[in-house]
Amino acid sequence: MLSRFPRAAGAATALAVCTASLADYHVDILPPVTTVSTDIYRLHWSILWVCVVIFCIVFGAMFWSIFKHRRSLGAKAAQFHENTVIEVIWTIVPFIILISMAYPATRTVLAMKDASNADITVKVTAYQWKWEYDYQQDGIKFLANLSTPRDQIDERNGPGAPKNENYLLEVDNPMVVPVGKKVRLLITSNDVIHGWYVPQLGINQYGIPGFIKDAWFTIDTPGVYRGQCSQICGKEHAYMPIVVIAKAPAEYAAWAADMKAKMPAPAPAAAAPAESATQTAAAGGAAAAPAEDPNKKWTLAELKARGEKAYANCVACHQPTGKGMPPAFPALDGSKVATGPKAAHIAIVLKGKPGTAMASFAHLSDTDLAALVTYERNAWGNKTGDAIQPAEIKAARK
Amino acid sequence: MSTVTRAHDHGHEHGHGEAHEHHGAPYGVTRWLYTTNHKDIGTLYLWFACTMFFIGGTMALAIRAELFKPGLQFLDPEFFNSLTTVHGLVMVFGAIMPAFVGFANWLVPMQIGAADMAFPRMNNWSFWLLIPAALLLMASFLVPGGAAGSGWTLYPPLVIQQGIAVDMTILAVHILGASSIMGSINIITTILNMRAPGMTLMRMPLFVWTWIITAYLLIAVMPVLAGAVTMLLTDRHFGTSFFSAAGGGDPTMFMHIFWFFGHPEVYIMILPAFGIVSQIIPAFARKPLFGYASMVYATASIAVLSFIVWGHHMFTVGMPAAGNLLFMYATMLIAVPTGVKVFNWIATMWRGEMTFETPMLFAVGFLCLFTIGGFSGLVLSIVPVDITLHNTYYVVAHFHYVLVSGALFAILGGIYFWLPKWSGKMYNESLGKLHFWLSMIGFNLTFFPQHFLGLAGMPRRVPDYALQFAEWNMWSSIGAFIFGLSQLIFLYNVIATIRGGARAEQKQWEGADSLEWTHLPSPAPYHTFEVAPVIK
Repeated sequence: MLSRFPRAAGAATALAVCTASLADYHVDILPPVTTVSTDIYRLHWSILWVCVVIFCIVFGAMFWSIFKHRRSLGAKAAQFHENTVIEVIWTIVPFIILISMAYPATRTVLAMKDASNADITVKVTAYQWKWEYDYQQDGIKFLANLSTPRDQIDERNGPGAPKNENYLLEVDNPMVVPVGKKVRLLITSNDVIHGWYVPQLGINQYGIPGFIKDAWFTIDTPGVYRGQCSQICGKEHAYMPIVVIAKAPAEYAAWAADMKAKMPAPAPAAAAPAESATQTAAAGGAAAAPAEDPNKKWTLAELKARGEKAYANCVACHQPTGKGMPPAFPALDGSKVATGPKAAHIAIVLKGKPGTAMASFAHLSDTDLAALVTYERNAWGNKTGDAIQPAEIKAARK
Repeated sequence: MSTVTRAHDHGHEHGHGEAHEHHGAPYGVTRWLYTTNHKDIGTLYLWFACTMFFIGGTMALAIRAELFKPGLQFLDPEFFNSLTTVHGLVMVFGAIMPAFVGFANWLVPMQIGAADMAFPRMNNWSFWLLIPAALLLMASFLVPGGAAGSGWTLYPPLVIQQGIAVDMTILAVHILGASSIMGSINIITTILNMRAPGMTLMRMPLFVWTWIITAYLLIAVMPVLAGAVTMLLTDRHFGTSFFSAAGGGDPTMFMHIFWFFGHPEVYIMILPAFGIVSQIIPAFARKPLFGYASMVYATASIAVLSFIVWGHHMFTVGMPAAGNLLFMYATMLIAVPTGVKVFNWIATMWRGEMTFETPMLFAVGFLCLFTIGGFSGLVLSIVPVDITLHNTYYVVAHFHYVLVSGALFAILGGIYFWLPKWSGKMYNESLGKLHFWLSMIGFNLTFFPQHFLGLAGMPRRVPDYALQFAEWNMWSSIGAFIFGLSQLIFLYNVIATIRGGARAEQKQWEGADSLEWTHLPSPAPYHTFEVAPVIK
């Protein structure tokens, strides 16, 4: 028999929910800002209404039966057990409803696939655990790392720092695009499968290593749109967000010029391969101040200071203390690699260690790599006194 | 055909069963190690499934404890990934599937009037294989690198990077697959060859139908999974590059092969549930199952259609539009036979004479909540909507609605329904109802909010999340603990019943009409139907 318990519990739960701020209880898809995401929003509401109507009919019949056709009310069981007409009806009617849903959905699928005639193209490369954006026509290329401080995240040794409003959804270098222009994305990955997912833009596309997939959007409203990696990619899967800022075209152009100026200068034409992964092949690039001269000689102190910042690329696994989390993530403090021959240390950072979680970091610049290897060899209890120069990294790449 | 299992009438005074009445059924550890008796093996499967369910459930509670608030409070992210992976593998391969095989072992021979399964020794081997497989999976936490952390779907290239635990998992999956394939061969042979005279295919209880169809699905797809994980193994250790573009391979190919197994797999996990519910509802409505023939055809159509929908797990891979569209249409189509079954169950209840003992509560709970899971599945089948919901918590909500309030509720209802037959004792009805209502509240509180989390864009398989997801996650975690702890009531009830419950009737449920209720006492004797009954 049905007890009163579930009704009371249901009421208590509803009351508790209502007394809390209802604004914090999001129940809908985030506001769409492209034609595709608007289609998605509307399709969802359509299918939801279909489900609600069917729900009411089906559950109405079910609950009517539960309440009326019970022995305790004196019901006596009928013995019918088939009816071909009604079975045919309740097979055909759902079939027709489904066709009515499939038609608008098909139109949207075809629209989503049409990335032709884009105004700008951005190559998106996923890494464990960050995104790289390469605007090949504009000569801009940069990495976007999570910028939420670790002390807001890690509460395992006591309460963390208070979390800021964009906790886990903020990056150091957002992707900026012009409003009203068709942006085509070419998405791939450097290592494992990741997913570029920004719900308000209606995009959720896997980056698959060795393959390039495309997607497109045209944002109609300036603003900041946030997303996350949508395919499990290892330990920092939750910590590689995406931030897309849509600006008026003039502001976008200003941003692009500004970013271009910060790009490292291309290597001299006759020289060996480009100095770092942030080089572009674009001819006639702006003559930037050579911030990353591969032949510059740095002092140990300069390298250590720069390396402490570049160590941000290593800290998630090897920890701020250098103690790592053995056995999966070895300690660097006192390790044979970090206190032994330089060449082995450089090799492992450049090539990674297959069969483990240690990926290749060859995509960082020679200077950053030189700095962080120097830092690791001279931090915590390590006192090798080695100062690795960018030129050594460049030579080791060959 | 079944002369081996019939009582001999030409010289021997006693059949095998009567011999036991002189010596008693076997006992001790060797009874369980060497048993070829379908009832014993059914019991072994069910207790194994129960143990794995609590282990997997503990992992789930650890996951929900970490997700109670934003931030990392207890767990390393890589250990969290291992928990989600092994929770999935344990629940799918260790809890749900063995539980249904346990039901099949207990019920199929009795419901068709056979004395035992066709291959009793292979039956024993099918069960005992599960133990080393489970041990391998549990031990994988202890090796360097920790357990696999890729999700139960084991996608490369991530899984190629990970440690030896992945190889242990691959071996466990092979063993589990072998067990399932052997069990399915046994079930099909038994059903096709050992039905009592008069028990035509279209007179079999629907539970038997759902199991023969499930067994064909298992035979078709477990080898595919075996192939997929073997390719993972060779990519990891033997220099192949099936899934590595650098060697000419493609990670997407793994997804196609895996989900070609994976989609029929989820129907493998629900069709026996449909069968159980199709036994319980007519019994408590005191009315025959509505549209028996359509139910058989609907189950068969679902099974056939299940082979052409696998791409709906991969809508964000970047398949050409034609691929996405065909998979969308086929997936929407599968809603039709599923809907037919729901309507038939309601029509069975309609103008019945219902009482709501615990098995019926679980069956009705199944009907309501599995339908909701079906709706979220329909939402996900629409490709553009799936693009915004893929790998979010909306998907997690969907599959837990169909697997927990679907498959698990059917299993729980089935245990309450058949425990009197199996043990001869009646369970405590008040505790059963308490278990049901706490499970309903706990389950819905855990998983309904997850629809909202997915709609709001929260990804799955994450130990930490942005602040706008905090409120629903908190409620979900509270619900998880209510749901998880209330399963202990069930465990207590089952054990207390077996040890000292009230005596059960032969036909404990007046509306039940399958052979185990009409022809066999409670508890069913160690050997039954040694002489096949004639079904009029």
